[in-house]
Amino acid sequence: MIRVSEQPLDPWREIVVHQDAHPELAGRYGATAVFVGTMRNLNEGVAVEAMTLEHYPAMTGRELERICDEAMRRWDLFDALVVHRVGPLQPDDPIVLVAVWSAHRDAAFAACRHLIDELKTRAPFWKKERTSGGERWLEPGKK
Amino acid sequence: MSITVRYFASVRESLGRGEDRIAAAGVATVADVWRRAAATPLPPRLLAAINQQHAGLDATVHDGDEVAFFPPVTGG
Repeated sequence: MIRVSEQPLDPWREIVVHQDAHPELAGRYGATAVFVGTMRNLNEGVAVEAMTLEHYPAMTGRELERICDEAMRRWDLFDALVVHRVGPLQPDDPIVLVAVWSAHRDAAFAACRHLIDELKTRAPFWKKERTSGGERWLEPGKK
Repeated sequence: MSITVRYFASVRESLGRGEDRIAAAGVATVADVWRRAAATPLPPRLLAAINQQHAGLDATVHDGDEVAFFPPVTGG
């Protein structure tokens, strides 16, 4: 399942809510791998005051669905969840949640890593950060 | 019919607009769309999509398509 949210994101609550909504999976999965991306207050040595996340609404959901579908086909997964924030953000705000449920850890770790890496190179989101020196669009950065 | 052209992030800001609509006649590829709509040299590392799917600058465009241009993505 994928979701793009303009509201603050609580990744840990998202996981609980998702698991509660899928009782049919309880007892079947033995591994849950989770990645949470959080906004930092420092980038390239400069203090960051705020950030805006722009996206291409008509494409974002479809691209995230494609990325999840590929992972579900490639690994033996029970479920995958991707939730991404858009709009204005403050330091320490969670930006993205990727959670994967599988029987064993190898598939969960590999699929979770793949999902966040694909999201970062394919999903149409753009970060613009505000520092004391003004605003700047981010360049694709470090892994 | 026509082609809808959409711009995002730094591409939108540098052009000063988010959308254009151009006639489809004489437009064969994504790069042709950029030349006619944006009327500026192709920026380095420009990415594109046709109908919300990633596409190369040499991909074929059809009447009624939505073509989007944007910089490298930075989500996550």
